[in-house]
Amino acid sequence: MTRKQRRLYFVVLGVLAVGAAAALVLTALRQDIVFFFSPSEILEAKVPTEGRRIRLGGLVEQGSVVKDGAIVRFRVTDGAHTLPVVYSGLLPDLFREGQGVVTEGKMGPDGEFQAAEVLAKHDENYMPKEVAESLKKTGHWQGESQPAK
Amino acid sequence: MHRFANPARFMRIATLVLPWAMGVAILTLGAGLWFGLAGSPADYQQGESVRIMYVHVPAAWMGMFCYTAMAVCSAMALIWKHPLADLLARATAPVGAAFTFVCLVTGALWGKPMWGTWWVWDARLTSMLILLFLYLGYMALADAFDDPQRGQKAAAILSLVGVVNVPIIKWSVDWWNTLHQPASVVKMGGPAIDSSMMIPLMLMAVGFHAFWVVVLILRTRAEIAAAKVRTLRMAQVHAAGQAEQA
Repeated sequence: MTRKQRRLYFVVLGVLAVGAAAALVLTALRQDIVFFFSPSEILEAKVPTEGRRIRLGGLVEQGSVVKDGAIVRFRVTDGAHTLPVVYSGLLPDLFREGQGVVTEGKMGPDGEFQAAEVLAKHDENYMPKEVAESLKKTGHWQGESQPAK
Repeated sequence: MHRFANPARFMRIATLVLPWAMGVAILTLGAGLWFGLAGSPADYQQGESVRIMYVHVPAAWMGMFCYTAMAVCSAMALIWKHPLADLLARATAPVGAAFTFVCLVTGALWGKPMWGTWWVWDARLTSMLILLFLYLGYMALADAFDDPQRGQKAAAILSLVGVVNVPIIKWSVDWWNTLHQPASVVKMGGPAIDSSMMIPLMLMAVGFHAFWVVVLILRTRAEIAAAKVRTLRMAQVHAAGQAEQA
Protein backbone atom coordinates (compact mmCIF):
# COMPACT_ATOMS: atom_id res chain seq x y z
CA MET A 1 0.00 0.00 0.00
CA THR A 2 1.42 3.36 -0.99
CA ARG A 3 1.44 6.31 1.39
CA LYS A 4 -1.23 8.04 -0.67
CA GLN A 5 -3.54 5.04 -0.39
CA ARG A 6 -2.90 4.84 3.33
CA ARG A 7 -3.80 8.51 3.74
CA LEU A 8 -6.92 8.01 1.61
CA TYR A 9 -8.18 5.13 3.80
CA PHE A 10 -7.28 7.08 6.92
CA VAL A 11 -9.34 10.11 5.82
CA VAL A 12 -12.32 7.98 4.72
CA LEU A 13 -12.29 5.97 7.97
CA GLY A 14 -11.92 9.14 10.02
CA VAL A 15 -14.92 10.82 8.40
CA LEU A 16 -17.00 7.64 8.82
CA ALA A 17 -16.02 7.39 12.50
CA VAL A 18 -16.95 11.02 13.16
CA GLY A 19 -20.24 10.47 11.33
CA ALA A 20 -21.04 7.37 13.40
CA ALA A 21 -20.20 9.21 16.63
CA ALA A 22 -22.43 12.13 15.65
CA ALA A 23 -25.27 9.75 14.76
CA LEU A 24 -25.05 8.04 18.17
CA VAL A 25 -24.98 11.33 20.08
CA LEU A 26 -27.90 12.78 18.12
CA THR A 27 -29.97 9.62 18.56
CA ALA A 28 -29.33 9.66 22.30
CA LEU A 29 -30.29 13.35 22.55
CA ARG A 30 -33.40 12.99 20.42
CA GLN A 31 -35.76 14.10 23.20
CA ASP A 32 -33.79 17.31 23.67
CA ILE A 33 -33.35 18.14 19.99
CA VAL A 34 -37.00 18.00 18.97
CA PHE A 35 -38.38 21.52 19.09
CA PHE A 36 -41.88 20.65 20.28
CA PHE A 37 -44.10 17.79 21.37
CA SER A 38 -47.38 16.79 19.76
CA PRO A 39 -50.64 16.68 21.74
CA SER A 40 -50.46 12.87 21.54
CA GLU A 41 -47.00 12.74 23.11
CA ILE A 42 -48.15 14.99 25.96
CA LEU A 43 -51.51 13.30 26.58
CA GLU A 44 -50.06 9.79 26.42
CA ALA A 45 -47.53 10.97 29.03
CA LYS A 46 -44.54 10.16 26.85
CA VAL A 47 -42.88 13.36 28.04
CA PRO A 48 -42.70 14.74 31.58
CA THR A 49 -44.97 17.77 31.75
CA GLU A 50 -45.29 18.28 35.51
CA GLY A 51 -44.31 21.88 36.27
CA ARG A 52 -41.95 21.95 33.29
CA ARG A 53 -41.89 24.52 30.55
CA ILE A 54 -42.44 22.67 27.29
CA ARG A 55 -43.41 23.39 23.71
CA LEU A 56 -46.59 22.05 22.19
CA GLY A 57 -46.94 21.94 18.41
CA GLY A 58 -49.64 20.99 15.94
CA LEU A 59 -52.42 22.49 13.88
CA VAL A 60 -54.90 25.04 15.21
CA GLU A 61 -58.20 23.16 15.08
CA GLN A 62 -60.76 24.59 12.66
CA GLY A 63 -63.38 26.69 14.47
CA SER A 64 -61.67 26.46 17.85
CA VAL A 65 -60.31 30.02 18.20
CA VAL A 66 -62.24 32.09 20.77
CA LYS A 67 -61.04 35.60 21.54
CA ASP A 68 -62.04 37.22 24.83
CA GLY A 69 -60.32 40.60 25.03
CA ALA A 70 -56.59 39.93 25.13
CA ILE A 71 -57.12 36.29 26.04
CA VAL A 72 -57.22 33.75 23.21
CA ARG A 73 -58.35 30.17 23.58
CA PHE A 74 -57.83 27.59 20.85
CA ARG A 75 -57.25 23.90 20.46
CA VAL A 76 -54.09 22.30 19.04
CA THR A 77 -54.50 18.99 17.26
CA ASP A 78 -52.29 16.42 15.58
CA GLY A 79 -55.18 14.46 14.12
CA ALA A 80 -55.21 11.84 16.89
CA HIS A 81 -55.38 14.01 20.03
CA THR A 82 -56.33 17.59 20.82
CA LEU A 83 -55.23 19.92 23.63
CA PRO A 84 -56.91 23.18 24.66
CA VAL A 85 -54.57 26.19 24.90
CA VAL A 86 -55.02 29.56 26.57
CA TYR A 87 -52.80 32.50 25.66
CA SER A 88 -52.73 36.19 26.37
CA GLY A 89 -50.70 38.39 24.05
CA LEU A 90 -49.99 39.24 20.44
CA LEU A 91 -50.43 36.48 17.88
CA PRO A 92 -48.15 36.22 14.83
CA ASP A 93 -49.63 37.23 11.45
CA LEU A 94 -49.69 33.67 10.18
CA PHE A 95 -51.73 32.42 13.17
CA ARG A 96 -54.86 30.97 11.57
CA GLU A 97 -57.24 28.11 12.04
CA GLY A 98 -55.90 25.07 10.25
CA GLN A 99 -52.39 26.52 10.32
CA GLY A 100 -49.34 25.07 12.09
CA VAL A 101 -48.49 26.52 15.48
CA VAL A 102 -45.86 26.03 18.20
CA THR A 103 -46.67 27.26 21.70
CA GLU A 104 -44.39 27.39 24.71
CA GLY A 105 -45.74 27.17 28.24
CA LYS A 106 -46.89 24.84 31.01
CA MET A 107 -49.69 22.35 31.45
CA GLY A 108 -52.29 23.85 33.77
CA PRO A 109 -53.88 21.84 36.59
CA ASP A 110 -57.15 21.74 34.63
CA GLY A 111 -55.52 20.12 31.60
CA GLU A 112 -55.40 23.37 29.70
CA PHE A 113 -52.03 24.35 28.22
CA GLN A 114 -51.06 27.82 29.45
CA ALA A 115 -48.99 29.33 26.67
CA ALA A 116 -46.50 32.11 27.30
CA GLU A 117 -45.48 32.32 23.66
CA VAL A 118 -47.18 31.43 20.38
CA LEU A 119 -45.19 30.99 17.15
CA ALA A 120 -46.62 30.28 13.72
CA LYS A 121 -45.24 27.34 11.74
CA HIS A 122 -45.93 27.34 8.04
CA ASP A 123 -45.55 24.48 5.57
CA GLU A 124 -43.18 24.12 2.63
CA ASN A 125 -45.70 25.04 -0.09
CA TYR A 126 -45.24 28.32 -1.90
CA MET A 127 -47.65 29.51 -4.59
CA PRO A 128 -49.57 32.59 -5.70
CA LYS A 129 -53.06 33.13 -4.33
CA GLU A 130 -54.70 32.38 -7.68
CA VAL A 131 -53.05 28.96 -7.88
CA ALA A 132 -54.11 28.12 -4.33
CA GLU A 133 -57.69 29.06 -5.14
CA SER A 134 -57.85 27.08 -8.37
CA LEU A 135 -56.34 24.05 -6.62
CA LYS A 136 -59.13 24.26 -4.07
CA LYS A 137 -61.78 24.63 -6.75
CA THR A 138 -60.59 21.56 -8.62
CA GLY A 139 -60.20 19.58 -5.40
CA HIS A 140 -56.45 19.06 -5.74
CA TRP A 141 -55.65 21.00 -2.56
CA GLN A 142 -53.05 19.31 -0.40
CA GLY A 143 -51.92 22.20 1.78
CA GLU A 144 -52.70 22.18 5.46
CA SER A 145 -54.74 25.34 5.62
CA GLN A 146 -57.05 27.84 4.02
CA PRO A 147 -55.56 30.61 1.89
CA ALA A 148 -55.57 34.10 3.36
CA LYS A 149 -58.75 35.96 2.72
CA MET B 1 -8.47 15.48 -11.52
CA HIS B 2 -4.73 15.43 -10.95
CA ARG B 3 -4.19 17.29 -14.22
CA PHE B 4 -5.74 20.40 -12.72
CA ALA B 5 -3.59 20.28 -9.60
CA ASN B 6 -0.92 22.30 -11.40
CA PRO B 7 -1.35 25.97 -10.37
CA ALA B 8 -0.05 27.32 -13.72
CA ARG B 9 -2.51 25.21 -15.72
CA PHE B 10 -5.31 26.10 -13.31
CA MET B 11 -4.61 29.80 -13.73
CA ARG B 12 -4.67 29.50 -17.52
CA ILE B 13 -8.10 27.85 -17.39
CA ALA B 14 -9.31 30.25 -14.69
CA THR B 15 -8.38 33.27 -16.82
CA LEU B 16 -10.54 31.87 -19.62
CA VAL B 17 -13.46 31.08 -17.28
CA LEU B 18 -13.40 34.36 -15.33
CA PRO B 19 -15.14 36.69 -17.84
CA TRP B 20 -17.83 34.08 -18.54
CA ALA B 21 -18.49 33.53 -14.85
CA MET B 22 -18.68 37.30 -14.35
CA GLY B 23 -21.14 37.64 -17.22
CA VAL B 24 -23.33 34.81 -15.94
CA ALA B 25 -23.26 36.23 -12.40
CA ILE B 26 -24.26 39.74 -13.49
CA LEU B 27 -27.01 38.53 -15.84
CA THR B 28 -28.58 35.95 -13.54
CA LEU B 29 -28.34 38.09 -10.40
CA GLY B 30 -29.84 41.06 -12.26
CA ALA B 31 -32.65 38.98 -13.73
CA GLY B 32 -33.12 37.09 -10.46
CA LEU B 33 -33.46 40.29 -8.45
CA TRP B 34 -35.95 41.71 -10.94
CA PHE B 35 -38.05 38.53 -10.98
CA GLY B 36 -37.70 38.13 -7.23
CA LEU B 37 -38.65 41.68 -6.26
CA ALA B 38 -41.12 42.58 -9.01
CA GLY B 39 -41.72 39.90 -11.64
CA SER B 40 -43.13 37.16 -9.41
CA PRO B 41 -46.39 36.85 -7.48
CA ALA B 42 -46.85 37.24 -3.73
CA ASP B 43 -47.40 34.05 -1.73
CA TYR B 44 -50.93 32.93 -0.81
CA GLN B 45 -49.95 32.72 2.87
CA GLN B 46 -46.97 34.96 3.39
CA GLY B 47 -47.74 37.79 0.98
CA GLU B 48 -44.83 39.94 -0.13
CA SER B 49 -42.41 38.76 2.54
CA VAL B 50 -41.94 35.52 0.57
CA ARG B 51 -39.45 37.52 -1.53
CA ILE B 52 -36.87 37.12 1.24
CA MET B 53 -36.75 33.49 0.09
CA TYR B 54 -34.97 34.43 -3.15
CA VAL B 55 -31.92 35.51 -1.15
CA HIS B 56 -32.29 33.32 1.93
CA VAL B 57 -32.62 29.91 0.27
CA PRO B 58 -29.80 30.24 -2.33
CA ALA B 59 -27.55 31.68 0.43
CA ALA B 60 -28.28 28.61 2.56
CA TRP B 61 -27.48 26.31 -0.37
CA MET B 62 -24.21 28.18 -0.94
CA GLY B 63 -23.31 27.90 2.75
CA MET B 64 -23.58 24.11 2.51
CA PHE B 65 -22.11 23.89 -1.01
CA CYS B 66 -19.03 25.95 -0.14
CA TYR B 67 -18.43 23.88 2.99
CA THR B 68 -18.66 20.64 1.03
CA ALA B 69 -16.29 22.03 -1.61
CA MET B 70 -13.90 23.14 1.14
CA ALA B 71 -13.97 19.70 2.78
CA VAL B 72 -13.39 17.92 -0.55
CA CYS B 73 -10.44 20.21 -1.32
CA SER B 74 -9.08 19.66 2.20
CA ALA B 75 -9.31 15.89 1.75
CA MET B 76 -7.45 16.12 -1.58
CA ALA B 77 -4.82 18.32 0.05
CA LEU B 78 -4.34 15.83 2.90
CA ILE B 79 -4.30 12.71 0.73
CA TRP B 80 -2.54 13.77 -2.48
CA LYS B 81 -0.76 16.88 -1.18
CA HIS B 82 -1.96 18.97 -4.11
CA PRO B 83 -0.72 22.52 -3.44
CA LEU B 84 -3.72 23.95 -5.29
CA ALA B 85 -6.31 22.09 -3.20
CA ASP B 86 -5.24 23.95 -0.05
CA LEU B 87 -5.42 27.28 -1.90
CA LEU B 88 -8.94 26.52 -3.16
CA ALA B 89 -10.16 25.46 0.29
CA ARG B 90 -8.72 28.64 1.80
CA ALA B 91 -10.27 30.77 -0.93
CA THR B 92 -13.72 29.21 -0.49
CA ALA B 93 -13.96 29.53 3.30
CA PRO B 94 -14.75 33.28 3.61
CA VAL B 95 -17.23 33.08 0.71
CA GLY B 96 -19.09 30.25 2.40
CA ALA B 97 -18.97 32.04 5.74
CA ALA B 98 -20.42 35.19 4.17
CA PHE B 99 -23.26 33.24 2.51
CA THR B 100 -24.01 31.43 5.78
CA PHE B 101 -24.11 34.78 7.57
CA VAL B 102 -26.48 36.19 4.93
CA CYS B 103 -28.65 33.10 5.33
CA LEU B 104 -28.86 33.53 9.11
CA VAL B 105 -29.58 37.27 8.93
CA THR B 106 -32.23 37.01 6.21
CA GLY B 107 -33.71 34.05 8.08
CA ALA B 108 -34.07 36.15 11.24
CA LEU B 109 -35.62 39.00 9.26
CA TRP B 110 -38.06 36.54 7.70
CA GLY B 111 -38.77 34.69 10.93
CA LYS B 112 -39.91 37.75 12.84
CA PRO B 113 -42.92 38.64 10.65
CA MET B 114 -43.85 35.03 9.74
CA TRP B 115 -43.13 32.90 12.81
CA GLY B 116 -43.22 35.70 15.36
CA THR B 117 -39.59 35.33 16.49
CA TRP B 118 -36.11 36.31 15.28
CA TRP B 119 -34.49 33.13 16.49
CA VAL B 120 -35.28 29.78 18.06
CA TRP B 121 -32.92 26.97 19.00
CA ASP B 122 -34.46 24.36 16.73
CA ALA B 123 -32.33 21.79 14.92
CA ARG B 124 -32.21 23.60 11.55
CA LEU B 125 -31.31 27.03 12.89
CA THR B 126 -28.81 25.69 15.41
CA SER B 127 -26.99 23.46 12.90
CA MET B 128 -26.75 26.41 10.49
CA LEU B 129 -25.19 28.55 13.25
CA ILE B 130 -22.70 25.74 13.91
CA LEU B 131 -21.82 25.86 10.20
CA LEU B 132 -20.89 29.54 10.57
CA PHE B 133 -18.72 28.72 13.60
CA LEU B 134 -17.02 25.92 11.64
CA TYR B 135 -16.10 28.40 8.91
CA LEU B 136 -14.77 30.89 11.45
CA GLY B 137 -12.83 28.13 13.21
CA TYR B 138 -11.37 26.94 9.92
CA MET B 139 -10.16 30.43 8.98
CA ALA B 140 -8.77 31.13 12.45
CA LEU B 141 -6.97 27.79 12.64
CA ALA B 142 -5.47 28.11 9.15
CA ASP B 143 -3.85 31.40 10.19
CA ALA B 144 -2.91 30.40 13.74
CA PHE B 145 0.52 28.89 12.93
CA ASP B 146 3.78 30.60 11.97
CA ASP B 147 4.28 27.86 9.40
CA PRO B 148 1.35 28.26 6.96
CA GLN B 149 1.58 24.58 5.94
CA ARG B 150 0.97 23.37 9.48
CA GLY B 151 -2.00 25.70 9.87
CA GLN B 152 -3.39 24.48 6.58
CA LYS B 153 -3.12 20.86 7.67
CA ALA B 154 -4.83 21.47 11.02
CA ALA B 155 -7.60 23.47 9.33
CA ALA B 156 -8.08 20.75 6.71
CA ILE B 157 -8.65 18.18 9.47
CA LEU B 158 -11.13 20.51 11.19
CA SER B 159 -13.07 20.96 7.94
CA LEU B 160 -13.29 17.17 7.49
CA VAL B 161 -14.56 16.69 11.04
CA GLY B 162 -17.15 19.43 10.49
CA VAL B 163 -18.44 18.01 7.20
CA VAL B 164 -20.68 15.70 9.24
CA ASN B 165 -22.75 18.83 9.96
CA VAL B 166 -23.77 19.27 6.30
CA PRO B 167 -26.16 16.28 6.09
CA ILE B 168 -27.43 17.20 9.57
CA ILE B 169 -28.42 20.65 8.27
CA LYS B 170 -30.06 19.19 5.17
CA TRP B 171 -32.16 16.57 6.97
CA SER B 172 -32.59 18.29 10.35
CA VAL B 173 -36.13 19.25 9.34
CA ASP B 174 -36.97 15.60 8.61
CA TRP B 175 -35.19 13.90 11.50
CA TRP B 176 -36.58 16.14 14.23
CA ASN B 177 -39.60 18.38 14.41
CA THR B 178 -38.52 21.98 14.03
CA LEU B 179 -40.07 25.41 13.70
CA HIS B 180 -38.42 25.65 10.29
CA GLN B 181 -40.55 24.08 7.55
CA PRO B 182 -39.31 21.03 5.59
CA ALA B 183 -37.48 21.33 2.26
CA SER B 184 -39.46 22.87 -0.61
CA VAL B 185 -37.20 22.29 -3.62
CA VAL B 186 -34.93 19.28 -3.10
CA LYS B 187 -37.41 16.74 -1.75
CA MET B 188 -39.19 13.51 -2.56
CA GLY B 189 -42.15 13.96 -4.91
CA GLY B 190 -40.87 17.11 -6.60
CA PRO B 191 -40.72 20.75 -5.57
CA ALA B 192 -43.53 22.37 -3.59
CA ILE B 193 -42.95 25.79 -5.11
CA ASP B 194 -45.03 27.22 -7.91
CA SER B 195 -43.07 27.57 -11.18
CA SER B 196 -43.53 31.37 -11.19
CA MET B 197 -41.58 31.47 -7.90
CA MET B 198 -39.10 28.83 -9.00
CA ILE B 199 -37.76 31.12 -11.77
CA PRO B 200 -36.27 33.83 -9.50
CA LEU B 201 -35.10 31.18 -7.01
CA MET B 202 -33.15 29.26 -9.65
CA LEU B 203 -31.77 32.45 -11.26
CA MET B 204 -30.45 33.58 -7.89
CA ALA B 205 -29.00 30.13 -7.18
CA VAL B 206 -27.14 30.10 -10.51
CA GLY B 207 -26.02 33.70 -9.90
CA PHE B 208 -24.66 32.89 -6.43
CA HIS B 209 -22.71 29.92 -7.81
CA ALA B 210 -21.27 32.06 -10.62
CA PHE B 211 -20.36 34.72 -8.05
CA TRP B 212 -18.58 32.04 -6.04
CA VAL B 213 -16.57 31.01 -9.14
CA VAL B 214 -15.56 34.65 -9.73
CA VAL B 215 -14.46 35.22 -6.14
CA LEU B 216 -12.73 31.85 -6.01
CA ILE B 217 -10.66 32.65 -9.10
CA LEU B 218 -9.77 36.15 -7.87
CA ARG B 219 -8.83 34.91 -4.41
CA THR B 220 -6.84 31.93 -5.71
CA ARG B 221 -4.98 34.25 -8.10
CA ALA B 222 -4.16 36.53 -5.16
CA GLU B 223 -3.00 33.56 -3.06
CA ILE B 224 -0.72 32.31 -5.84
CA ALA B 225 0.70 35.84 -6.25
CA ALA B 226 1.23 36.06 -2.48
CA ALA B 227 3.09 32.74 -2.52
CA LYS B 228 5.33 34.03 -5.33
CA VAL B 229 6.05 37.24 -3.39
CA ARG B 230 6.94 35.15 -0.35
CA THR B 231 9.34 33.01 -2.39
CA LEU B 232 10.99 36.08 -4.00
CA ARG B 233 11.40 37.78 -0.64
CA MET B 234 12.95 34.65 0.85
CA ALA B 235 15.36 34.49 -2.09
CA GLN B 236 16.27 38.17 -1.58
CA VAL B 237 16.92 37.68 2.11
CA HIS B 238 18.94 34.60 1.32
CA ALA B 239 20.99 36.44 -1.35
CA ALA B 240 21.59 39.41 1.00
CA GLY B 241 22.79 37.02 3.69
CA GLN B 242 25.21 35.36 1.30
CA ALA B 243 26.54 38.74 0.07
CA GLU B 244 27.24 39.74 3.66
CA GLN B 245 29.17 36.58 4.31
CA ALA B 246 31.30 37.03 1.20
